[in-house]
Amino acid sequence: MINKNFFFKGYRSIFTHDSPAIALTCCFIAIGALFKNLGFNIQESIFSTVLTYALPGSLVMAESMLIGASLLNIFLAVWIVNARLYPMAVSLFPLMMHKSQPKWKYYFSCHFIAISAWLIMKSNYKNIPKKHRIDYWIGIGSATVSVSVIGTFIGFSCSEYLNKDMILGLAILNPVYFLCMMIGASKTIPVTLSVLFGTILGPIIYLLSPEWSILLAGIIGGTIAYLAGEYNVS
Amino acid sequence: MSASIVYAILVTSLATFLSRFLGAITSEGIKETSKLFKWFNCLAYATLAALIARAIIFPAGVLIEASYASRLIVVLLSLFVFFISKKNFVYPTIFSAICMAIINNYI
Repeated sequence: MINKNFFFKGYRSIFTHDSPAIALTCCFIAIGALFKNLGFNIQESIFSTVLTYALPGSLVMAESMLIGASLLNIFLAVWIVNARLYPMAVSLFPLMMHKSQPKWKYYFSCHFIAISAWLIMKSNYKNIPKKHRIDYWIGIGSATVSVSVIGTFIGFSCSEYLNKDMILGLAILNPVYFLCMMIGASKTIPVTLSVLFGTILGPIIYLLSPEWSILLAGIIGGTIAYLAGEYNVS
Repeated sequence: MSASIVYAILVTSLATFLSRFLGAITSEGIKETSKLFKWFNCLAYATLAALIARAIIFPAGVLIEASYASRLIVVLLSLFVFFISKKNFVYPTIFSAICMAIINNYI
């Protein structure tokens, strides 16, 4: 089963001085308030946060519902926007694979892949024995989901007291936090170039193809950064 | 619970889980020292950076109501706070929320 020591070590990682807990809570406060305005009840709001656990996907669902989109349209829109989770999973799970660990842990814990948990794991995995990284990861994921649920509950309960300026403040907080985390993670040439090219190409490609901009910018920017890194090594 | 909302949530979670699950399955054959892993690592960082840049420049949701200039000023000031606070993540984050609320209200 799950090693409790490493699980709780992962769970506690969200309470460090530079933890994403504050940013995550604030973002989900905004989402909770949005859900209430859309006509969700508290159970549906929390159900959505636990099951989806991806901010852009939740936003796309909310926007699609507002314009009365069909379920197929919602599925496709969310799938395209959340396709970024695929390379995130492939670039994380090989670091945690260990033959002594059961497969169900990996299939279950892939649900925790989101920017905050992914960046925490990427920063800390070297300090954890490979055998127990998956338990540590499940701890991080459980903590970030817990914080998201608390944020959704607060946002839903306090939506009447949140004015437009406060919601705007909460909305900018998320990209700023992740931008800082990405800059902080840029310690090697390929990663630094990936962040740089992704930042430049994302908005440019959006002008040509809004739906595919994130994926295309990721593939083009990431491939150039990878090749530049390989060229630098050789 | 309303049936249409529940279906929308289920469809959203299925679409989200699909990418995660396919990623977990694919990972089984990839070694962390391989070139394929390094390439996917670059793809992941570039995709996230593109997502964040798009969220600031072409936002969805309430951020649309803030002007380009105010978003840009807040991000640049927050990055300044990030660097002078020796790359602490929390100070610029809190600063950005307060700064955005003030700029949007008074400027």
